[in-house]
Amino acid sequence: MASPQVQKKSIAERVSDSVGSLSDNVQGSQAWNSIFRPGSVFRKGYTDSPRNRSYVIMNSVLYHLHPVKVKRHAVKVSYTLCLGGLSFFLFILLTITGIFLMFFYTPDAARAYDDTYTIVSETSLGLMLRNMHRWGAHLMVISVFLHMARVFYHGAYKAPREFNWVIGVILLTLTLLLSFTGYLLPWDQLALWAVTVGTNMMGFTPVIGDQVKFVLLGGSVIGTETLLRWYVLHVLFVPFVTVIFMAIHFWRVRKDGGISGPL
Amino acid sequence: MADIPDHLKQRAKAAKEKAEAAKSDSGGSASASGIPEHLLKRSKAAKSKGDSPSSDSVVASAGTAPAAGGGDTGAAAIQTGPGGHTQRLLTVVKAGSIQDIKSKPLDKVHTWPHLIVVEFGAMLAVTAFLIVFSIFVNAPLQRLADVNATPNPSKAPWYFLGLQELLTLFHPMVAGVTIPGVGLFALMLAPYIDKTVSNKPEDRKFAISVFTFFMMFWAILSIIGSFFRGPGFNFVFPWEEGIFFEL
Repeated sequence: MASPQVQKKSIAERVSDSVGSLSDNVQGSQAWNSIFRPGSVFRKGYTDSPRNRSYVIMNSVLYHLHPVKVKRHAVKVSYTLCLGGLSFFLFILLTITGIFLMFFYTPDAARAYDDTYTIVSETSLGLMLRNMHRWGAHLMVISVFLHMARVFYHGAYKAPREFNWVIGVILLTLTLLLSFTGYLLPWDQLALWAVTVGTNMMGFTPVIGDQVKFVLLGGSVIGTETLLRWYVLHVLFVPFVTVIFMAIHFWRVRKDGGISGPL
Repeated sequence: MADIPDHLKQRAKAAKEKAEAAKSDSGGSASASGIPEHLLKRSKAAKSKGDSPSSDSVVASAGTAPAAGGGDTGAAAIQTGPGGHTQRLLTVVKAGSIQDIKSKPLDKVHTWPHLIVVEFGAMLAVTAFLIVFSIFVNAPLQRLADVNATPNPSKAPWYFLGLQELLTLFHPMVAGVTIPGVGLFALMLAPYIDKTVSNKPEDRKFAISVFTFFMMFWAILSIIGSFFRGPGFNFVFPWEEGIFFEL
């Protein structure tokens, strides 16, 4: 009776040994170590020490976003409610779902509606990802709004952060533009008339109202030119400008000494 | 927080043992006083120099001593004080002037894992919420756009409905362009207008009231525009005539 037990144990041991040596070989390989820089949690022999905690940030791309240490109150969810970070995350999520939608969409008045209809009715995951894109966009407008309110109520725009607040207001405007330019693309009744109301408003700009409206519509009425124009604005131009301002925004957060507070 | 990591404890223990061993080895008085051997030797030599200025070690140490005037006058240059001391007090510097540090230490925590974990959790939560919401609620897709069939009412996206509501009160040039333009500009100027330094709510009652007033004003306009405007953009009660609102 004793020998099979010994046999069994040694098999289990052998399995764990070979798994261990395999992971040792993988983690010790040149390729692995070229991917994960010193201090990475995926490196062989990572232990939790203050030094390694610093390296995790310092030796990774996260160092572009976060310093090695942050103020204690800054990690409390109740202070920031994660609103700024979530706005950024929603932007990424919208980019991903938006790229998916771009594969199936043609910015042409004759095809746009049919393409949208195909996405939600026939494309795999199309309905789901279009829903996520739409609801995510509304959520981003809300989270950017709330982020602004949070920053105001914490007095976080005070020196030396005045200019970052200005950048933030620009980002709020860009968020609204992103949402509004996307509004037209499904080319249904809701899209057409919401945009008609919106652009009519902008047409009342003093002095250059007619020109503003003409530039926005790519003509005197909403048509294919408008759709193409708003498509390019929505998928390329406004996101491009937004990314630039986000980069400045995040950079200034760190240069101005991290997030404000505590109160 | 107050936990000292094990590896640090071990290191401290090892260092203590080493020091213990060194002490018992030498058992010497020199290491106990903490003054390095060569300095003791030099001072002893300098002291003996006053008595017999021709010893070899004295010349050597005089060359290194900054107080010495020169090679030949070295013997005379070293003066001894009342107690036979070879050093004197030059000045007293207050501790504050050299020990003051500009930045006060802040209470900080490591970004990894404390902040990253929170951010990752928030991301997962929002992603999960969005996925679940998207499974159960479909985004609107009405019939094909038709420039000849104006829906009644025609409404802008919800975040512009406050503006559309203003349109019922003012000329479009005022409501549609001037007010939002001035509003955004005023928002940008907020940090340059609000000069109070404190960020404590009790010191900022005015700023908070003004901001809250405008936010509420805006919210009320948007809610009226969204839910209380029916056909012809006329005022309706949503519980009587229904909701004319699409996201």
